[in-house]
Amino acid sequence: MELKKVQEILDATVYTGGDRLEEMQVMEACGSDLMSDVLAFVKEQGLLLTGLQNLQVVRTAEMMDMEAIVFVRGKVPNEEMIAAAERMEMVLMTTELPMFTACGLLYENGLHGGKAVEDGE
Amino acid sequence: MSNSMVFRYDVDGDDFTLAGEISSKVKKRLKQLGLPPETIRKVAIAMYEAEINMVIHANGGTITVEVSPETIHIIFADRGPGIPDIDKAMEEGFSTASHEVRELGFGAGMGLPNIKKNSDKMTIDTKVGEGTTIELWMEVC
Ligand SMILES: Nc1ncnc2c1ncn2[C@@H]1O[C@H](COP(=O)(O)OP(=O)(O)OP(=O)(O)O)[C@@H](O)[C@H]1O
Ligand SMILES: [Mg+2]
Repeated sequence: MELKKVQEILDATVYTGGDRLEEMQVMEACGSDLMSDVLAFVKEQGLLLTGLQNLQVVRTAEMMDMEAIVFVRGKVPNEEMIAAAERMEMVLMTTELPMFTACGLLYENGLHGGKAVEDGE
Repeated sequence: MSNSMVFRYDVDGDDFTLAGEISSKVKKRLKQLGLPPETIRKVAIAMYEAEINMVIHANGGTITVEVSPETIHIIFADRGPGIPDIDKAMEEGFSTASHEVRELGFGAGMGLPNIKKNSDKMTIDTKVGEGTTIELWMEVC
């Protein structure tokens, strides 16, 4: 799914990478507030939805080669996070929707979750 | 080995928000060196977990990365409290992380198992009251 479409579906405010939304595609997504889990189970998911707001979220996504983060329930990334994401060319956006609804809407529109690492191999 | 490279870093133990900077640097370095993405990913995940552990459990330490054409060897050395029961610490779900750390999305007790999963060989040398040294070897695949 084009990140532009993700942004539209979630009616999200974009903080970084706004000029690249049309070029960037994510095949799968993952919703989690537990970075430990993201580090242990994410495989191909290029998009992270999370209710957490700290620099380690951006770092975690960087380590997992994720392209974009959507902060749910109106959590706004701070300056440090925005600066880091810009350096990494990562897209950050915020939706007012809660986690379940945001994930549900994307899923309904064809963006799925993929498999956990253990199933995928 | 003649064409191996060694990088050494200090990890600051005071600031959790800084944790991961070294892993990020090493990841960029390995990319520049043209290592295979799958190898880089394993190194990045294992390093980040170990770096965070160093900050949240051991008040910082040093990381040494040795890159050769066949193997990446990483040493994490700290002078923290040590690990009293390694078998227990290696169990998924075992964690002594503080409430603050959990609120930031960590402390699920997944780090050490995840480090093991992403490395080809792992050793832990630890002594209560003296510190912990974790060594990892990853084959360049
Ligand atoms: N460098 C270290 N020094 C002292 N204790 C450690 C160190 N690394 C790990 N431990 C101990 O081992 C436990 C398990 O570590 P592990 O990385 O698996 O989980 P965690 O760090 O608690 O949570 P997570 O990694 O999921 O964020 C820790 O809670 C801590 O008690
Ligand atoms: Mg850990």
